[in-house]
Amino acid sequence: MCGIAGYFGNPDARLPARTLLQRMLGELRHRGPDGEGAYVADGAGLAHTRLSIIDLSAGAQPMSNDDETVSITFNGEIFNYVELREELIARGHRFRTASDTEVIVRLYEEMGPDCVERLNGDFAFAIWDSRRRRLMLARDRMGVRPLFYAERDGALYFASEVKALLQVPGIEAELDPIALDQIFTFWFPLAPRTVFKGVAELPPAHVLIASPGHVSVRRYWALDFPDAADARRGERDEAGIAEEVRALLIDATRIRLRSDVPVGAYLSGGLDSSIVAAIAGRLAPERLRTFSVRFDSAEFDETEFQLEMAEALGTDHSAVLCRPADIGAAFPSVIRHAERPILRTAPAPLEILSGLVRDEGFKVVLTGEGADEVFGGYDIFKEAKLRRFCARQPESLRRPLLFRRLYPYLPKLQAQSAAYLKAFFATDLDAAGDPLFSHLPRFRSTAGAKLFFSGELKRSLADYDALDELRSALPENFTRWHPLSQAQYLETAYLLPGYILSSQGDRMAMANAVEGRFPFLDHRVVEMAARIPPALKLRGLTEKHILRKAAEGLVPPRMAARPKQPYRAPDSASFFGDTSPPYVERLLAGPAVAASGLFEPRAVEKLVAKGRNGSIGGFRDNAALTGILSTQLWREAFVPGARQIDPISIISRQKVA
Amino acid sequence: MNSAIMIRIRGFIEENFLFREDLSGLADSDSLLENGVMDSTGILELVAFLETEFSIQMSDAEIVPDNLDSIASIASYVGRKVSTALAA
Repeated sequence: MCGIAGYFGNPDARLPARTLLQRMLGELRHRGPDGEGAYVADGAGLAHTRLSIIDLSAGAQPMSNDDETVSITFNGEIFNYVELREELIARGHRFRTASDTEVIVRLYEEMGPDCVERLNGDFAFAIWDSRRRRLMLARDRMGVRPLFYAERDGALYFASEVKALLQVPGIEAELDPIALDQIFTFWFPLAPRTVFKGVAELPPAHVLIASPGHVSVRRYWALDFPDAADARRGERDEAGIAEEVRALLIDATRIRLRSDVPVGAYLSGGLDSSIVAAIAGRLAPERLRTFSVRFDSAEFDETEFQLEMAEALGTDHSAVLCRPADIGAAFPSVIRHAERPILRTAPAPLEILSGLVRDEGFKVVLTGEGADEVFGGYDIFKEAKLRRFCARQPESLRRPLLFRRLYPYLPKLQAQSAAYLKAFFATDLDAAGDPLFSHLPRFRSTAGAKLFFSGELKRSLADYDALDELRSALPENFTRWHPLSQAQYLETAYLLPGYILSSQGDRMAMANAVEGRFPFLDHRVVEMAARIPPALKLRGLTEKHILRKAAEGLVPPRMAARPKQPYRAPDSASFFGDTSPPYVERLLAGPAVAASGLFEPRAVEKLVAKGRNGSIGGFRDNAALTGILSTQLWREAFVPGARQIDPISIISRQKVA
Repeated sequence: MNSAIMIRIRGFIEENFLFREDLSGLADSDSLLENGVMDSTGILELVAFLETEFSIQMSDAEIVPDNLDSIASIASYVGRKVSTALAA
């Protein structure tokens, strides 16, 4: 795991190529503190900062083949490299190293860009093919590893994080208002768009080929589901399917334990990480080390279940306590790493957690990420199912009462009357044909936070509609899928790479040079799970039914039966009170808000007042506060000149005058 | 009577949910839910406010959109509650 950067074409002449690559690497060093290298050829440059995990002595990068016609800079892991290497050797390839990097080089020699189809792993890489004068960029299927690029003055630049691109002369951070509108709707911008105007993200499962005068981007893999009409096929073979799921998960975990450094695991207290840790505990040669986050508020904390699982598995367990003040203190760093405004603080505890992992001497952790998307664990799937159920008898006041069962962990919701439950959840019942049906309530309540957008921002957005853009991006087959498959697709193809794996995943782990590995996101697991009948994933209102079956015998029965508790962290409570960090006041003060021009200062003032007296409780207000504050932090961290206006000094000067 | 109540209710909603003057175009009869003014936590905040501000007690059966979904319906509900309380 590492950071990569480089260019194709002739870079800006103001800076020698090597100096430019060094500067880009300087911004990525947190991702790979163990070594670095640069390779400059005629027409391309590659750079790499390394976190050594496989073949510690010989895996240095950038790496070239024997005659230097193919050179690579690679971030990530190819988990099936052992099998691929054997195959390649059998076909006559000779290897100089035992690294997975060299496997990609040899595979590329044989197959060219199609080599990605053989890779089982989490990767972002660039290959310079000097004979064809062609640069290839590639990203893994699920979007675990990041890759960004930008074109300036005829050259194409790429890097693991945008901050490295900002080292290129002529590339400056400027906020893209449409990306902000998307964040305030979906929680993330729709790839390839990023919040940095003119900087693109290579979407998951895509390759980019740049040759002189021509850049093309194409998809090499897509998540697909059976037609709704076929979705019941195999429904009766529950035991057989559960067995298949279990075998595949064991294999996905087994190849994710391949590493020349020890591999630990996260334990959230929930089913998914418990399954992964249980399998890893059986396969790992030594006692498994596990890590988790604790909260001081019972509303978020899962310590009891973490300890129970650690004891059942016999792991050597450590936890880090995240108080609201810790989240507030970490938040500016979170935004510098996430490189975008976010509407929730939930990434912050994960940055604190990766710090613990690093302090304990670990570089690699397994997690349960992806199980909720792939096996149907999220509440939104149940909510959509209930909304469809209500739609069949819109007058019923009994059916909406079922929504209480969906959110047992939200005390404020339990207090709602049937009429209000209906008003909140049984919405858009006439929109059953809308491809976004499952997500309309979430998108709408998130978009409520746009209330704070300034008139100027609204004018620049004109009549832009983020939902319409998402609708038009959906695959052709989408309308033929079962409603659960449709909702799963929206989570897996969008929220997962756009937010979970990036803002909450790679960036928070790599802030402390820790690599996450996700057995549930092995594409074999993802493809197999997509074929499982929906009724076996969401049985009645029991989520991840088939996974629970597969977990029998792996984890204690109480764990296999435990309902999902979503991972959340205190939002606005982290920014106010006795421990309120000084940046909150500074960035949310009227002049600072006015200077960014994005939000309405008077409205923000009222929201802050509400935060100060501790009465921000609702979803929209928490999202708005976190979103506004993180946008302000983002500007200050990246936009040239944004820091120059210091409202406090302006105010004090005015007072003096 | 109702107009005084209406002003206090509007003030609370503008200060705590609407946040901005340029949106005060919200008509007295506009739905708070449909216009995104109120979410599920907002309802509970509103109930707490009404109970304290007007010294009334709201039963579960009264916490329904019919009573609470616009400034006008809240004012008329509160008006009824207060006069019942006075009559009692």
